[in-house]
Amino acid sequence: MSDIILETRGLTKRYGGVHALEDANFTLQAGEHIAVVGDNGAGKSTFVRQITGVEQRTAGKVWFDGNEVDFAGPIEAREHGIETVFQNLALADDLDVPSNLFLGRELIRFNLGPFSILDRKAMRERTQDALTRTAVKIPNLSNTIRHMSGGQRQCVAIARAASFASKLIIMDEPTAALGVQETAQVENIIRGLKDRGIPLILISHNLRQVFDLVDRIVVFRRGRIVASLRRDETDGNDVVAYITGVKGAEAGAYA
Amino acid sequence: MAELSGTAAPAAGPRRRRQWPAEINVLIGLVVIALIFEVLGWLQPMWRSDIAAQSFLWNSQRLSIIIGQVAITGIIAVGVTQVIITGGIDLSSGSVVGATAMIAMSFAQVAMVNGNPNPKAIFGPELMDLPAIVPALVAVACGAIAGMINGALIAYTQIPPFIATLGMMVTARGVANWYSHGNPISFPTQAYTVFGSGLHPVLIFVALAVLFHLALRFTLYGTRTYAIGSNPEAARISGIKVERHLMLVYSIAGALAGVAALVLTSKNLTAQAGMGVMYELDAIAMAVIGGVSLSGGRGSIVGTVLGALIFGVITSGFTFLGIDAYYQQIIKGAIIVVAVIADVARQKRRARQA
Repeated sequence: MSDIILETRGLTKRYGGVHALEDANFTLQAGEHIAVVGDNGAGKSTFVRQITGVEQRTAGKVWFDGNEVDFAGPIEAREHGIETVFQNLALADDLDVPSNLFLGRELIRFNLGPFSILDRKAMRERTQDALTRTAVKIPNLSNTIRHMSGGQRQCVAIARAASFASKLIIMDEPTAALGVQETAQVENIIRGLKDRGIPLILISHNLRQVFDLVDRIVVFRRGRIVASLRRDETDGNDVVAYITGVKGAEAGAYA
Repeated sequence: MAELSGTAAPAAGPRRRRQWPAEINVLIGLVVIALIFEVLGWLQPMWRSDIAAQSFLWNSQRLSIIIGQVAITGIIAVGVTQVIITGGIDLSSGSVVGATAMIAMSFAQVAMVNGNPNPKAIFGPELMDLPAIVPALVAVACGAIAGMINGALIAYTQIPPFIATLGMMVTARGVANWYSHGNPISFPTQAYTVFGSGLHPVLIFVALAVLFHLALRFTLYGTRTYAIGSNPEAARISGIKVERHLMLVYSIAGALAGVAALVLTSKNLTAQAGMGVMYELDAIAMAVIGGVSLSGGRGSIVGTVLGALIFGVITSGFTFLGIDAYYQQIIKGAIIVVAVIADVARQKRRARQA
């Protein structure tokens, strides 16, 4: 369990004079689920954007799966096995579930360039498999996403990530807009990922959820990582103290 | 785990049933409108003494006229539909028809008319009496180039499709006028007249509609087109090359306008710089009446074909009832607005459901 999947050293991002992320040292072990918490503007999303190549970092190094990487964009990150569930979901509302699951990597029956014939049957079957595996229940796969509830959409987005991510899933507040039942469903899916040994970085504001789901909690404050706490060695008050800066003002670098 | 996911299902209960395709509504609209004309046809003698009671639909000649009338604008509408599905619009098709008509016809001329040199000749004899395939390819190529310019402007300069294609609308009309200094181009070869003769325009329309229906439904091209229209950001993040795809879609729309020009000039045996004026609006109207959403992502070629038929039935029905052409335009305009209102209402209803 000591294989390191993701490691960052001195990861820094500045927007002009704004230091959004300073010297972030972070490691993620194989199969580990880590929560990234912190106030708004603490640098959580900035951190994730540097890893997935959505933005280009100012300084620092990233190792993924044993190699130093420098992703030019999210697509390259995805090709390396990092799947991101974005806050705004990145689903095409007017397409059905299989088309969304396979968006950008459709299965092809005959290759005719842009007019390649889709293998709808295979995509449908593999979608069914992926949904079963992630315990997502969607009444009718051929309905468009537009006709689904927020929870179902989130489930589709997560199922998409889970069915392609071989190595790492990043979720940016996956339950922020969901009701109680739907949140429970998403959390169940996350537990399923844990059972399957797929590592996860979960950005969340919900401490109850964080303590329920992850192994380790990394706290960001003002662009710096101020704490990296094992779940069973900490509690809510401790985490909040770090988030608000009551503790950890002397913050150094954490490995 | 299965039980828990099961508990989320009842929330989806009301939406569980299969979606009702929007095309069904359009089809119902078509049938209702046709039946209204049918009934009015039988009642006609009540207010018009000069006309006997007669059927509107039970008349093969009228039915073929209805389809023939919409075939040319229908070809354009097939392209415009795809552009609208990407969330764009193409205002240039009518002008592209004009420019393409002139250019294509200039390659379709005969050298000798009744023993005299062709009075409308554009080129020297070496470019006359060419096989019909030459002007046909010229038409498709000219249209595709105009469309590609539209697509490139929209994809790479990020100006709104409305403005880019408005520019092309004016420019292409300018090209049409400049090409022969406003003079008509006439006297095509016998072979060239084949595209527009008899039922050929209808066959071309139907063939292209089927082709692009299949492309939208069963190929990567279709998925990308709908994906870009419903969420361009998601399409980009998923690795779709949005710029390239937009260029392809606009090029296809342009090429189809070129085909329309080919059929039109072949049918009329002449090309004039004013050809195709307002065709773009008819084509857009057919798509919108057919349930293609102007906000992108939704609609189909089937819907557009039904929309085109509604258009044809109304035009033919008004003539059938002896209603003045001026009223036809007024009513057509109203129908377009009603179709858009229906689309907006449909979206609001869905937004409430979600």
